[in-house]
Amino acid sequence: MVDVLETAATSTSAPATRAPRRGAGLTPYLFLLPYVVLFVTFTLVPAGYGLWISLHDWDYLLAGKPFVGLDNYQALFDSASPVFDFFWQSMQATAIFTVFSVPLLVTVPLAIALLLNRSFKGRTFFRAVYFAPYVLGVAVIGVLWRFLLDPNLGAVNALLGAVGLPDDTAWTTGLPWAWISLVGVTVWWTLGFNAVIYLAGLQDIPRELYDAAKVDGAGRWAEFRSVTLPGLRPVLLFIVINTILASSNMFGQAYLITQGAPGVETRTAIMYIAEEGLRSYRMGSAAAMSYLLTLALLLVSMITFRLFRTKD
Amino acid sequence: MGRMRGVAWYSLLGLLSLVFIAPVVWMLTTSFKSADEATRVPPTILPENPTTGAYDTLFTGDSQTPVLRWFLNSLIAASGQALLVLVVASMAAYALARMEFRGKRIVFALIIATLFVPIFTLIIPNFLIIDRLGWLDSLMALIVPGAASAFGVFFLRQFFLGLPRELEEAALLEGANSWQIFTKVILPLSKPALATLAVISFLTNWNDFIWPVYTLFSPQNFTLPPGLGTLQGAYNINYPVIMAGAALASIPALILFMVSQRYIIEGVSRSGLKG
Repeated sequence: MVDVLETAATSTSAPATRAPRRGAGLTPYLFLLPYVVLFVTFTLVPAGYGLWISLHDWDYLLAGKPFVGLDNYQALFDSASPVFDFFWQSMQATAIFTVFSVPLLVTVPLAIALLLNRSFKGRTFFRAVYFAPYVLGVAVIGVLWRFLLDPNLGAVNALLGAVGLPDDTAWTTGLPWAWISLVGVTVWWTLGFNAVIYLAGLQDIPRELYDAAKVDGAGRWAEFRSVTLPGLRPVLLFIVINTILASSNMFGQAYLITQGAPGVETRTAIMYIAEEGLRSYRMGSAAAMSYLLTLALLLVSMITFRLFRTKD
Repeated sequence: MGRMRGVAWYSLLGLLSLVFIAPVVWMLTTSFKSADEATRVPPTILPENPTTGAYDTLFTGDSQTPVLRWFLNSLIAASGQALLVLVVASMAAYALARMEFRGKRIVFALIIATLFVPIFTLIIPNFLIIDRLGWLDSLMALIVPGAASAFGVFFLRQFFLGLPRELEEAALLEGANSWQIFTKVILPLSKPALATLAVISFLTNWNDFIWPVYTLFSPQNFTLPPGLGTLQGAYNINYPVIMAGAALASIPALILFMVSQRYIIEGVSRSGLKG
């Protein structure tokens, strides 16, 4: 995304002196039209429409949808309202998951990428193997790990028992086990995605920088700190922000593996918003929640951007 | 590297591979166990009496879990969306990569901005839009809205920017119009990129979970991902049947990955960086 922003800035401001004026008239717009119709209908309009919904007492099943101003937002901050406890509980669940999964998903894939960033036979093969779980959907890995983590019948407890460890851990229903399961499964599932992005970033670091470091007599660690990390900076920023967004979007894992258990401890914000809006059909309230969550994420992303900028 | 180091190196990589492969293998072996065997403690590693019983149950199961129908629905939705993405994204990307026009900056900035909009913000209003279009509980809901994703446009725009202009200029001198240049020059040159985008779009749609869970209601109209959730509820701890369902959903994805892993990984690793 970082580079997207940069290419956007350069490509659109570059004068079109070189190209022949083949884009004259209606042609460019006709080329854009099919995509723009989809984009407007399913991205731009819904972004505004959602805001509009959040200002109404919008019950899908009722004819009247009275305008209520900011009431839906106010209710989220009013401890006497029926949604207050559930909403903040779910926000807390999302926060817990994000705080524990992001550091792992930023560091472990980097280690794997460094491992793969050498020349050895079978490199492409191992890269594909580590990436493979990501090709499976959340539904597949969800039901699979629900089985593997089954306290009585699952392979995980059987394996632990076989090496003399406790074999009765409630991976899907107890605390903190449910969190460990959800974070662990997610790391297992998406690690390959971040790893290949790191790997591409590593390969973009000019060789000469490493050679120069060698000439300066830098050791492995010094080389990593003075060449690799700075070279990975834009990639790192992308990975951190993208992983924060992905983790705070967590849905399928909790839906299938823990079903929010124990109680509603692992019910994430998305799960609660979807239930409130698309099962109970209280869409005004659910839309307000989703905008509050979006705002929170925007804030976190901006702070991350800042942190990366000031490190200069 | 020395021989000992080589052994240690490959042992490390192999052990790591096991972590990623073993669960998937476990899914496959379990699907060939009987329900009895799958509940044994400690579990058997390989099926003692391999049986396709779980698959028989799965395919002849009750009307609430028409798995073959789900498979077909998934196939239609994923292919349909991949095709739609190819058409609309390549056209838009060509305009953005090669043409100058008023409003280009705004269009591009708007599309970029949506990369920062979390999907869940759109899910409720999109549900209502789909409802108004009469697409709830139908495959249209799965095929069309997802094609608005910005990924394909970025991905192809980047690829088009890297193509040499000479061929287009030659075609222009011969009097070809934009559409002819696009279809006769650009698209044939872009086959690898188009194939990559098609595969990535297919897999994304094939695996999509939250959207079909909330927009499809009749078991007949499900795709495999929400179907797996239903199987989990219907078969509880009859894990061989659930694993057979999971295998059915995984195998096309894994095959597609095996034949095109270089392209997929290339496409994915570029999505974040240069796309």
